[in-house]
Amino acid sequence: MLPRRPLLPRLRGVNVRYLIDNLPYVASLFGQHVLMVGVSLAVALAIALPLGVVCARVAQLRNIVLGVLGIIYTIPSLSLFVLLIPFTGLGLRPAVIALVAYAQLVLVRNVVVGLTGIDPAIVEAARGMGMTGAQILRQVELPLALPIMLAGVRVATLSIIAIGTIAAFINAGGLGLLLFDGVRSSNPEKIIAGAIAVSALAIGANGLFWLLERRAAQATHTG
Amino acid sequence: MSSIVAEQLSKTFPGEARPVVDSVSFRIEPGEFVVLLGPSGCGKTTLLKMINRLYEPTSGRLLIDGADARAVPATELRRRIGYVIQQTGLFPHLRIEQNIAVVPQLLGWERRRIEVRIDELLDLVELPRAYRRRYPRQLSGGEQQRVGLARALAADPGLMLMDEPFGALDAITRARLQDELLRIQQRLHKTILFVTHDVDEALRLADRLLIMRAGRMVQFDTPLAVLSHPADDFVRDLLSADDVLRRLSLLRVADALRPPAVNEGYGNGSSALTPTDDLRIALGRVLEAGGESLPVVADGQNVGRVTPASIAAALARGERALPD
Repeated sequence: MLPRRPLLPRLRGVNVRYLIDNLPYVASLFGQHVLMVGVSLAVALAIALPLGVVCARVAQLRNIVLGVLGIIYTIPSLSLFVLLIPFTGLGLRPAVIALVAYAQLVLVRNVVVGLTGIDPAIVEAARGMGMTGAQILRQVELPLALPIMLAGVRVATLSIIAIGTIAAFINAGGLGLLLFDGVRSSNPEKIIAGAIAVSALAIGANGLFWLLERRAAQATHTG
Repeated sequence: MSSIVAEQLSKTFPGEARPVVDSVSFRIEPGEFVVLLGPSGCGKTTLLKMINRLYEPTSGRLLIDGADARAVPATELRRRIGYVIQQTGLFPHLRIEQNIAVVPQLLGWERRRIEVRIDELLDLVELPRAYRRRYPRQLSGGEQQRVGLARALAADPGLMLMDEPFGALDAITRARLQDELLRIQQRLHKTILFVTHDVDEALRLADRLLIMRAGRMVQFDTPLAVLSHPADDFVRDLLSADDVLRRLSLLRVADALRPPAVNEGYGNGSSALTPTDDLRIALGRVLEAGGESLPVVADGQNVGRVTPASIAAALARGERALPD
């Protein structure tokens, strides 16, 4: 009698044995990845939000800033990581710096688009009623721009998750480790485990932000 | 009620050679309904926006209730001035009640006072109180502009600035809102500055018309005076001042009343006029009824009659009564 084929380790030709056998290890790398992405996103937002507001106000600055951010975005991630090493050494720090830099283009652009897309009559009415600039920003403009800003956060998060895998090359840990190790040791099971974990993270993050985006659009009655 | 005095008010936008508003001076009395009328680009909206300092004048002075408008911060000044614009500018992410509460909240009113005020205002603009919890998108254009009006009136400002508020509405809704505005004005006696390029709307609403052309004020007088004595050909053309019917529409039956004929009854009721009907309607009805005369009835009493001759006399009197 032929031995029954085990169900799990070969799902439709994909060998997931490594993933099953090393679940705690993969989970810890997953955690590292989430941390790296989370920290990068938080720092990136803290920079992009004020930068985006300023760019939305000052049209001349807008093209310069978005131009520079566009150039940064085109630098291959591996070379940017390596370029940072002389200044920051290896590890999480250069990884976060690079990821923050990559996220800026999408985040700043969406803040600008969100704010400049608001019906000027709404802002004029707000001014005409005697709201201060800060009140208009906080109570009117940012809430109305929120759905578009969240769409930017979603796209930025996805690219940070993807580029974050490369950061394993400079010792920042995360799920990229599985991919690099797998390639180095010719272990496709490891590569598959890393790929599945990264995909799960990306799909999960996408779903989460998409939900937030939809709720924001409903709350602002713009969607 | 606020008085407004403009002294040589001018506005030139950066990079433009010609001023958009050019040395405009006027005095508006408390409680007056003034309509700024003129073709597009004449500077009427710019002039309006200089009053709540959305634009700062390049030169000249503006006094509101005798005080220089620049004496207080612009935001503080604006909270005392109601502002209604054509596109309503309602905040789409806030409920109707939150939209109405904006200025009272800026002024730091207590929660309960604001709640009471919201209901008062919805009653005033004849919207159901159930609308409080709705969002602007759920209302029709006319209803939205009623909310816009309620929002501008929220903190009971003495002065209202209205920038083509009914311009985007269909003719029926516009006429209804014009009536509402006149009714509200009779109750509240605000000083109102109202921008429009619709001549009929201007004649219907204005105590006085401020007519502008290419940045300059060309005439500032009552509708009847402007129609009877247009300052120049531009004003004459703008208002079709030669149109006798248009002038008649500004006079009331009360202006053309003759004593009742001794042997006259109440007429056939349906064709009887009231003292507040305008003379354009009256003339039409008189002609319809045979061109002789029609009884005028007020509170069930026959108070007099109107004849073609009395209408003609009122027209002539309306013109003669005015200073040159």
